[in-house]
Amino acid sequence: MDLHIAAQQIANGCALGAIYGLIAVGYTMVYGVIRMINFAHGEVYMVSAYMSAIVLSVLTVLGVTSPVLVLLLVLFVTCAITGLFGWVIERVAYRPLRGSTNLAPLISAIGVSLMLQSYVQISQGARDQGVPNLLAGSVQMNIGSGTAQFTYMQLVILLVALSAMAVLTYVIGYTRLGRQCRATQQNRRMASALGVNTDRIISLVFVIGAITAAVGGVLVTLNYGSFNFYMGFVVGVKAFTAAVLGGIGSLPGAIVGGLILGLAEALFAGYVSTDYKDVFAFVALICVLYFKPSGLLGRPEIQKV
Amino acid sequence: MIMSIQVDRAPIVRATLDALTVFVLALIVLGPISGVVLDGFGFQGHPLRPLALALVVAAGRFLMTAALSTGAGAFFVGRFNAATASSVKIMAPQRALRTPWVLALVALGALVPFLADKYWLSVATLALIYVLLGLGLNIVVGLAGLLDLGFVAFYAVGAYFLAIGAEHFGIGFWSALALAPLLAAICGAVLAFPVLRMHGDYLAIVTLGFGEIIRLVLINAVDVTGGPNGLPAPEPTLLGIEFGRVAKQGGVPLHELLGLGYSPNGKYLFLYGVLFCVVLAAVHVVTRLRVMPLGRTWEALREDEIACRSLGINHVMVKLSAFMLSASFGGLAGVFFATQQGFVSPTSFTFLESVLVLSIVVLGGLGSTVGVVLAAIVLTLLPELLRDFAEFRTLVFGALMVVMMLWRPRGLIRPARPAFSPSRTEVAK
Repeated sequence: MDLHIAAQQIANGCALGAIYGLIAVGYTMVYGVIRMINFAHGEVYMVSAYMSAIVLSVLTVLGVTSPVLVLLLVLFVTCAITGLFGWVIERVAYRPLRGSTNLAPLISAIGVSLMLQSYVQISQGARDQGVPNLLAGSVQMNIGSGTAQFTYMQLVILLVALSAMAVLTYVIGYTRLGRQCRATQQNRRMASALGVNTDRIISLVFVIGAITAAVGGVLVTLNYGSFNFYMGFVVGVKAFTAAVLGGIGSLPGAIVGGLILGLAEALFAGYVSTDYKDVFAFVALICVLYFKPSGLLGRPEIQKV
Repeated sequence: MIMSIQVDRAPIVRATLDALTVFVLALIVLGPISGVVLDGFGFQGHPLRPLALALVVAAGRFLMTAALSTGAGAFFVGRFNAATASSVKIMAPQRALRTPWVLALVALGALVPFLADKYWLSVATLALIYVLLGLGLNIVVGLAGLLDLGFVAFYAVGAYFLAIGAEHFGIGFWSALALAPLLAAICGAVLAFPVLRMHGDYLAIVTLGFGEIIRLVLINAVDVTGGPNGLPAPEPTLLGIEFGRVAKQGGVPLHELLGLGYSPNGKYLFLYGVLFCVVLAAVHVVTRLRVMPLGRTWEALREDEIACRSLGINHVMVKLSAFMLSASFGGLAGVFFATQQGFVSPTSFTFLESVLVLSIVVLGGLGSTVGVVLAAIVLTLLPELLRDFAEFRTLVFGALMVVMMLWRPRGLIRPARPAFSPSRTEVAK
């Protein structure tokens, strides 16, 4: 086993894991507040990837070339529109279903996910799309008997993902809004009796989830340069695995779970088989649910009457 | 305060304002993706598409707000309210169970082989396969209230069991018909048993993952499954007699035995006949199950799990029974599918297939048997008739699920169940 290959896989795995972690935030927060798996979340991420490519190509036509400015603009516009997407989805497809049957929001979420997928397919075509590499270049490091390559983009991914998580942790942990979120998560009726507008908080959670997924979408698009309309499905399941692994409902759990899953997947793909790397992620999900359903940082679920 | 503002405004002004807001929102949300089509590293602008989309959405919103401001409109829209439409209707005891409808459907099904040509016969067979799948999924989703998103996996287990079994273990159509449901049920039990202890949503994502695993394994395990190229499935036989022009495994083909001319439809007619009987049996089983203690427990668990558990019901075993039974329906349907196609490949077992079956259950009404049968027939026939709109199929299914959940969460035909009543002999005493 060559050390430099291992280092390379670990670097790839960290970048991948950071992105899974960002998307897992959406699952974990929504589940925390309304106990529902938002199946459309993977599709929101896919939409954000398209959105970022569209903003990027519009900016290119407008003649904006400075990489930092382009990156910031793409990030900002994509996050704004995708956040709005999250709000609209919650408003149209989930909010009217509160108090309906248990199954209704889940089926509605599947419906939203199908609609988004086929909407993108119909308007953008079924083929893979690509964007040019914005930030070429890499850091070479001599490790063991060879060199490992850490691209600048991977470094940017880690940097952006970690700062996004830091901002989010601050907002949830130390602001008035965050307190309201946590109160809604712990007991929605009590929170609403104490004057928290829980409907607004739930909308907000969806928006935050969509925005973090959009950050992930932008980073993936700029890193791998290629995306398609059906990629949300697999990434969605993997991010959900990350959320469960870290303990669903727990914010730091999402990023920890994401990193672990990303590393495990990169090492599996590097040393065992690339054909089965998606199978690996699914099996990991089932194993986590079998053996540690409360996750690494989560609390076991207690049902109250 | 909000109320007073709404009352002060004239309805038409309010509708216009609503429509304007929705128009701007739709333009922002739908605009970029429909209006800027990526083309290589550049793009093509289609400014009219988002405008048209936003206009349609805004017009819809305008009509809805306007309708809500009139009494009749509010009443009409109120009838499509998720909260009010989400209860099961309990019928008076001893009321007939939609018997004329059921009889008409059965008669229609029995007449198909005499009326249809080869194409419509294959469509009808496919429709019946989906009826079987729909009935199976309905047990889990409709009766037990658990979401199974990987139902296609059990369908694949049945189909591949026949194909692989025929190649390696000499399994034929009839033995597969008996064994595939068992195998599928065992797969279902192994998959679901540990998950059923947890919150119901987890089952959805685990089954979703399982469906995907099965598909990926089918594609990648080339030695066993033939990979993307698939495998041939054996021809059906009747008491060991074949339907082909010449008997490949020796003996005399059926048409010579009966002294009839050879007809290429023979195999399909036979298959349709068997399938029709199986579907009738399945409908009967499901109908009886609903009035048996087990079926009642499923529905009780769906409505209130905590109450059931505190009454001493073993929720894991009850859910497991629903899941296994449903999986075995899927396995059974898979055998028919493989035989009808004469061939199995992973492309037949995608997530979209699970979605189609789920749409059947959702449209037909979660829990209603007649509804599921009708929905299966409609959803298989419609795509055949509307081939020009094939690319919108997924969009329509998605929209259907959302709209059904918003307006009719229990399906178009509201499930009715007979009220519990003492048996007639008891009454006579």
